[in-house]
Amino acid sequence: MENIILEVSNFSYQYGEVQAVSDISFQVKKGEIFSFLGPNGAGKSTVINSLITLLPLQKGKVTIAGYDLGSEKARVRESIGIVFQKSTLDKDMTVAETLDFHGDIYQMPHEDKKKRIRELLLLVELTGKADSLVSSLSGGMKRRLEIARGLMTRPKLFFLDEPTIGLDPQTRQKTWEYLRSVNNEGTTIFLTTHYMDEADILSDRIALIDHGSIIISGTPSELKASLGNDVIYLETSDNTNANRILIGMQGIREMRMYEGKLLITSEQDGTRLLPDIFHKICENGIDVLAVNLKKPNMDDVFLHYTGSEMRD
Amino acid sequence: MKTPGFYPVFKRDITRYFRFREQLLTSMLHPILWLALFGFAMAGTFERLLQTSLPPAGIDVVNYLTFMCPGMIAATIMFSNLYGGFSVFFDKDWGILREVMASPMLRRNLIIGISLSAIIKSLIQTLIILVFGTILGCSVFAGQNFFSAMISVVGIIIFIGVFSFAIICLSLYVAFLTNTPEGYQGITTILSMPIFFASNSLYPIEGLPPVIQQFAMLNPLTHLTNGLRFFIIGDNFSALGLVFSYTTTGIIFSFLYLTGLALVFFWITLRKIEKVVIT
Repeated sequence: MENIILEVSNFSYQYGEVQAVSDISFQVKKGEIFSFLGPNGAGKSTVINSLITLLPLQKGKVTIAGYDLGSEKARVRESIGIVFQKSTLDKDMTVAETLDFHGDIYQMPHEDKKKRIRELLLLVELTGKADSLVSSLSGGMKRRLEIARGLMTRPKLFFLDEPTIGLDPQTRQKTWEYLRSVNNEGTTIFLTTHYMDEADILSDRIALIDHGSIIISGTPSELKASLGNDVIYLETSDNTNANRILIGMQGIREMRMYEGKLLITSEQDGTRLLPDIFHKICENGIDVLAVNLKKPNMDDVFLHYTGSEMRD
Repeated sequence: MKTPGFYPVFKRDITRYFRFREQLLTSMLHPILWLALFGFAMAGTFERLLQTSLPPAGIDVVNYLTFMCPGMIAATIMFSNLYGGFSVFFDKDWGILREVMASPMLRRNLIIGISLSAIIKSLIQTLIILVFGTILGCSVFAGQNFFSAMISVVGIIIFIGVFSFAIICLSLYVAFLTNTPEGYQGITTILSMPIFFASNSLYPIEGLPPVIQQFAMLNPLTHLTNGLRFFIIGDNFSALGLVFSYTTTGIIFSFLYLTGLALVFFWITLRKIEKVVIT
């Protein structure tokens, strides 16, 4: 248990009659980047807001950095850093004041606080902006400032709720780089995201969450490998019959219908399997209308395990 | 060395106050305009209506502007503090309040920090009205020697302090209670009407209907105005053809009443903040 920094057991949350999260359990290991991946409304924010103490713990047991969330809230608060989904910066303060204020509300000793502000401004490349008002910063800079702020107190566990939401692709890339370097320095990261690529690129482990439950979890490569070698999307003139004909065919791992397409995962090299599939379908007088073959990515994983594409 | 828990909240609020000239200037201009426009208009009217009435013998007579000056201070401070929680309302919805609520900082430090900053702002406004009022012709601290003037200043600071604390707590309560800016403004505006008009800040309450007179006696603004008139004008004077006299016991009672109210509002607001969920 030494290297478990966050342990969640049988966590549930209800808003009135609505069950937002039902009975989830997971662990985050020291030093890793762990992602909650799921569509908006899946329950990610409910979980993270409970873990960071903004929502009450309704049901379940949560231990963060060795402290019990139910009975040692103040200790938990001291141990974590947070980047909120909605910006919580005061646009009327300067960059340095923002970090100073944060250090003060956590009662950091003065010298340590000043030193930490210098270090973090260097890390997120905002040293030159120390005395600028937050309102003058770009979206990416504001995000970096929020990351720096969350790291002020050297948290044992760093929570980020949708860290790159609303940022342009370049800024997202850059934000990932910062997060990776933060992680390399030993900070454990828990993040939620609805971006497949973000979860895939950043995470050591991912939990897929939908309708308030964890559907599957594992490393990105485990999750993708669980779909087999290749994914084939096939559109034919008669999908129902094509499906019937292909069932049990050598090399096909799994098959399902999805929005007018057949989704096939392959045991073996898909490029070798595809001609056989065509042959068998054409033999039965069905036309192939469109085809797509690719290595599985997180979108396919999500589609495969939830049976629907990520909704917004 | 560690700073006190309320310090960061206090520092931020005061920094913002002095950083943005708009807030600073309007908060200073507001009472000046009241005094200059409303004060002169009312003074003219009252003095024309009352020119025939004879002042009682042996009592200092003060003009209406002097009578109104402490009331103007009281009303200005009531308004600024009653609307003072608005910035916290914005912090709650769009600002740093989530950062504060997820931090180990005690909730009471949020109230104390904001209140201290509100008291400083109130004292600045008081000073401006006193200076500007004197220029316009109010006679303040008349007949007081240096020593008793100093006691008056301390008295004013204490009265302004407890009153501001009470009203800013009330305003914070409304800020945590409401979910829209319109809701916040609606409630504070409705609260401000009876507090302002059913008080003795601009006119003597003797002219009001009995029920409203009784309410005025419970009104914190009345007690603040009493305290300020006592310290700024004196314990026995005549204005508007009426005699005003205050006893030390009465003033101590007003102070205790305001202190009690401040503690009650603080407690209610603290309870509210400890229970509120902000995500």
